[in-house]
Amino acid sequence: MNALNNPAPVYRVQRTTTSSTIGLALLGLCVLVLFSAPLWADRASLRLVVEFAYYLALAQMWNLLAGYAGMVSVGQQAFVGLGGYLLFMLATRFGIPPLFAVLLSGVLVALLAIPTALIVFRLRGAYFAIGTWVVAEVFRLGLAQMSSLGGGSGQSLPAAIVRQIGNDRDGRETLIYFTALAIAIAAVAVVFFLLRSRQGLALASIRDSEPASGSLGVDTFRTKLMVYVLAAGWTGVVGALIFLQKLRISPDAAFNLQDWTAVVIFIVIIGGIGTLEGPLIGTLIYFVLRGCLAQYGAVYMIILGVVAVVMMLKAPQGVWGLISERLGWQVFPMQRRLSIQPRP
Amino acid sequence: MEWLNTLLQGVLLGGLYAMFAVGLSLMFGIMRLVNIAHGDFIVLASYLALMVVNHLGFSPLASLLIVVPLMFCFGYLLQRLLLNRTLGTDILPPLLVTFGLSIIVQNVLLEFFSADSQKLSQGDLEVASVGIGNLSVGVMPLIVFGSALLIIGGLQLLFYKTSLGRAFRATSDDQHTARLMGVNNAHIFGLAMALAMAVVSIAGVFLAIRTSFDPTVGPARLLYGFEAVIIGGLGSLWGTLAGGVILGVAQTLGAKIDPGWQILAGHLVFLLILVVRPRGLFPRSVD
Repeated sequence: MNALNNPAPVYRVQRTTTSSTIGLALLGLCVLVLFSAPLWADRASLRLVVEFAYYLALAQMWNLLAGYAGMVSVGQQAFVGLGGYLLFMLATRFGIPPLFAVLLSGVLVALLAIPTALIVFRLRGAYFAIGTWVVAEVFRLGLAQMSSLGGGSGQSLPAAIVRQIGNDRDGRETLIYFTALAIAIAAVAVVFFLLRSRQGLALASIRDSEPASGSLGVDTFRTKLMVYVLAAGWTGVVGALIFLQKLRISPDAAFNLQDWTAVVIFIVIIGGIGTLEGPLIGTLIYFVLRGCLAQYGAVYMIILGVVAVVMMLKAPQGVWGLISERLGWQVFPMQRRLSIQPRP
Repeated sequence: MEWLNTLLQGVLLGGLYAMFAVGLSLMFGIMRLVNIAHGDFIVLASYLALMVVNHLGFSPLASLLIVVPLMFCFGYLLQRLLLNRTLGTDILPPLLVTFGLSIIVQNVLLEFFSADSQKLSQGDLEVASVGIGNLSVGVMPLIVFGSALLIIGGLQLLFYKTSLGRAFRATSDDQHTARLMGVNNAHIFGLAMALAMAVVSIAGVFLAIRTSFDPTVGPARLLYGFEAVIIGGLGSLWGTLAGGVILGVAQTLGAKIDPGWQILAGHLVFLLILVVRPRGLFPRSVD
């Protein structure tokens, strides 16, 4: 037995699996069906899909922060609210076309997230979480003081600007529908490609051990900053879109912890934190639960909270984690499998 | 003189904030637990007191006789049955479980007590005041501040003069070695949470006498307590008092300039201190 008559085997890194091929194909089919929905679905269903799309995007961004970068934020409502307020400011003060203003709001939110990060990054772990919450409160209270933006009672989007989006209600809703869908799909795609890149590896190593990854040459500060700013900007775009659909904004609605952060955290925990599929499954479960329980008012948030707490204790890997453990499925080809074949 | 009065009000308000902070500080110091539901437990105690006052005819201060033991037991059971299961090297489970608890408590209170704001009335004591020189100081704020001093002093004695305190400090320093020395960690953690909840209930009753409250005011109390802890420096009980006082003064001064700026001023001072002295003013432990 020597190296000459037994040449080194061929190493190949395999990423796609049968289940991921089938899963992606099914997902693609769903997306196609959703894109055709304005042709056949009624207005209520379309609105539901829009809501589904923005919760999916918010969940995906929170998952990127907490599940992949280990930054548990309970202050993401800061960026939803800022996105919404920037949209109103850009559209009413500077006459920027609303859809373009949605994107621009995201960019501005990302810029605002940089000084924010420099402050909250001084706190670690759980203290970081509460620090992000303080920042969200500062933005909420600060905007409530600005009487030019409606102060504490908020303001509505003027009719002239609403007409810029579309002349009739159907046209407007269709446009918002496609924008929401595009933002959600792009959110999933961005996280997917980010995690498959070098940066993704760096992120996973930071989450598992920050000192160890630092000692191996990962620039932990820059990587975390990049993820924080990306998640903030994207959350800002979603926030701008949410309030473009609602046509009305107030500090309490814009910086609402329960709507924009608690629900999103529950979605990710129930679906499966640290997986790309988790937020998707979690959002589906959330909408089913809400459909069944919304008539009971506060009880529905209690049940959602209890489910999330039990999930965290009994199955921290979430519903998708349970499925993929049992069946070995993956929809998004994220894992790397080494296959070794003898050289022919 | 008017400014001096404002300053004094701020210092006394700081006593209440220090009480919010002491519970957080205890939990973090002993079991490295950051309890996001802390503020909601404060409000829960306020509602318990409200029930005792309404159904048993107690005065708010007398209701402490029932609320404190009740919350003490609740804290012990909560820690033993639920929170001990979340402790470990991963910070995610305790954080998210207490976050879930926060949302659950808020909505349970909303379901039972509606969103109407409530207040406990301590009768004449609330408006009574004493004159110090040209200043007139409310008796109630003095009682609150005095209680904060007593609580912190008492805890300091408990920590450094009793065997239970030694067990607390040992577990805080090194959980595994403490266990080898015969300390029952699960029980010690239960007692720490019970103590924290006892302080929380006193804070809750004082809060309910001072201002009106409703099921949604908990998170803001968590933030005040948290800010006092960070300003004072992690792990220092007297530091939390200093932190509470700084926060209280910042808020009353802010309110003096413009009523809308009260809470905002407190948050901004906190962020400023975080930038200038990230480890707080009197840091003792390293997280």
